[in-house]
Amino acid sequence: MTAATASGTTTSPNAAAPVPRRTGRGSGALLTVLAWIVGIGFFFPVLWMVLTAFKTEADAYTDPPTLFFAPTLDNFVEVFAGGVGPYLLNSLFATVVSTLLVLLLGTPAAFALSLRPVKKTQDVLFFFISTKMLPVVAAIVPIYVVVNYMGALDNIWTLIVLYTAMNLPIAVWMMRSFFLEVPRELLEAASMDGASLGRSLREVVLPIVSPGMAATALICMIFSWNEFFFAVNLTASRAATVPVYLVGFITSEGLYFASLCAAATVAALPVVIAGWIAQNKLVQGLSFGAVK
Amino acid sequence: MTARTVPSRRRGGRIAAALLAALSLVLSGCAGAGTLGLPEGARTVTIAIVSNPQMEDAIELSPRFEAENPDIKLRFVSLSENEARAKITASVATGGDEFDAVMISNYETPQWARNGWLVDLDPLMAQTPGYDRDDFTPSIRNALSGPDGHMYSVPFYGESAFLMYRKDLFAEAGLTMPPNPTWEQVAGFADRLTDREQNRAGICLRGKPGWGEVMAPVGAMINSFGGRWYDEQWNAQLTSPEVREAVNFYVDLVRRDGQPGAAGSGFSECGTQFSQGNTAMWFDATVAAGLLENPDESRVVGDVGYAPAPTGVDGLPSGWLYSWALAIPRTTAEKGPEQVDATWKFLSWMTSKPYQRMVGEELGWTSVPPGARQSTYAIPEYIEASKAYAPQTRAAIDAANQDRPTRDPVPYTGLQFVGIPEFQDLGTRVSQQISAAIAGQQSADEALDQAQDYAEVVGESYQQQGADS
Repeated sequence: MTAATASGTTTSPNAAAPVPRRTGRGSGALLTVLAWIVGIGFFFPVLWMVLTAFKTEADAYTDPPTLFFAPTLDNFVEVFAGGVGPYLLNSLFATVVSTLLVLLLGTPAAFALSLRPVKKTQDVLFFFISTKMLPVVAAIVPIYVVVNYMGALDNIWTLIVLYTAMNLPIAVWMMRSFFLEVPRELLEAASMDGASLGRSLREVVLPIVSPGMAATALICMIFSWNEFFFAVNLTASRAATVPVYLVGFITSEGLYFASLCAAATVAALPVVIAGWIAQNKLVQGLSFGAVK
Repeated sequence: MTARTVPSRRRGGRIAAALLAALSLVLSGCAGAGTLGLPEGARTVTIAIVSNPQMEDAIELSPRFEAENPDIKLRFVSLSENEARAKITASVATGGDEFDAVMISNYETPQWARNGWLVDLDPLMAQTPGYDRDDFTPSIRNALSGPDGHMYSVPFYGESAFLMYRKDLFAEAGLTMPPNPTWEQVAGFADRLTDREQNRAGICLRGKPGWGEVMAPVGAMINSFGGRWYDEQWNAQLTSPEVREAVNFYVDLVRRDGQPGAAGSGFSECGTQFSQGNTAMWFDATVAAGLLENPDESRVVGDVGYAPAPTGVDGLPSGWLYSWALAIPRTTAEKGPEQVDATWKFLSWMTSKPYQRMVGEELGWTSVPPGARQSTYAIPEYIEASKAYAPQTRAAIDAANQDRPTRDPVPYTGLQFVGIPEFQDLGTRVSQQISAAIAGQQSADEALDQAQDYAEVVGESYQQQGADS
């Protein structure tokens, strides 16, 4: 269905005609090798993190680094014995609720700014993105004082509100680009058939943009899950999230690489799994909108 | 095409159901998972700590405290040093009430006591039978006191600095470590023992930026060369001949005989280098001895000698004084006397004499937090386990006097730091310059010229305050 829509613009015979290849076989192979090198370069730190997680602390610090070692699960035992559970739950709660709120608020906004443009759409869009221009560190003191005044320090809902606000502009921009791909004729046809605005949105537009929404949701989830700065400054023991748990492993008087890597591996897993599950939708979504 | 893109109702329904299910799942009573599992009627005490091995031991042993005090539930917030310091400072300074107890050092305690941010612990100590305030090491007790002489934090452990060296390598090279080495002698030993072919550095010295990293040994060395950060009128002194000589000496020594990657080495990195046998000497915190004598982590157990911190000109010492201690912010008092009592109960448990013994018996005698209590050095098992370094540690801590840090008079206290709030920022900026000099990006003199500019800005604000008052 989506593929049909996406390929709708390229169904003319001309577009399907073979495009002459500009690169020869040799340079193609070179590009492949280059792509592999870049890919491995990006993946290597992650691989190293996972490998280090299975080392002992002494092995993790050897110079030159060792590739072959007797793997141990001690670091993972330490991570779970250290009580990562509440941190994982806090992260999950903050991530899921803030992402749902972002979708709930962002979808109508993106719809209005694309298919039903309002007055000064460009200004509104600029306003949304301008909220991302101030570095968070510049705003943390007023935010801290306000949150403290409200008695909302170390409260997971504080993080949820902040994560929603943090992700909303990006989500609106992303989803707008997906909404723009929806042919207006569809909405007109639906309204001629007597569908209300809500029904058109629910039954015509949303199913088409659902891969885009999935991609947006995943990106919001990744941002919320990985967010450290607000979490470390505004939480203490009750609402602390996984990234805050990670820094507890960094000690100034002892060895910590292996246990930190084990904790980081555990922290990264949920996002990797979520990405894996949403892989198909994500690829569709990212090749669908303007984020090509 | 239109027909193909109109969705089936089933599909829309499925999405709605999935969203609803997800929402109900996450809203099912989770108001922050950290609040789950708290017993009815219990009082929670939240403690912000700096992540280090001794504190991890304390967390490991804390269920015993909870078993003895079923009405108190402990919650630890463990962060790396930089994060912890920033967070604790922000929380205490702005009156945030997230923490009932905080881990701070002798840098913060006198300043915060002066600001009225901390609870006076003397009355609480007096009410606690067997706590024995006078047992704390005098120099540390003094360093954790406010202007009124009362203690505003209680030490968990204390440290000074000394020189660690490989006795076997010294013997091989026919060298002898004098009882009170000078920096000149140490540099000579380092030159002799550096062996690049065998990947062995003569000495490991910190080079990592941070006021608590490279600035600690550099600051101590400045003192021992007769230098100071400020004169009595708050004129910055970082380009004085004494400071120039000290910093040039440090940078030259570490560049000539230091460990590889020196500009990124802190305590942990040097500890790894030395414990893996890659360096012949190491000048650092006395607390390092516990790491070096632990067979699980060190390959040089039994080969390490411990000498006093080297002296500079005129026999001036280069020791320092540092203590991680526990304090109660005033916001805890605002929660009521019961909260202060519950918090103090834990603090007094963790800094008590029986706790030291418990750590030794449960986790091994080299794990006992050193330096804080004099009675620790009277425990026979501890004396036996730490005979290689405990007397030197104690002598170093006793000798350190942060009220008289320098040869010439200064308007501040602190040996390896300047006890003013601006120093966290100033020290870090200066440390970045020195680290860049160690990395070879600039000369030590260029680093000091820049550092002097930073120090002048801070000094001027104090001169202004002096003029205003």
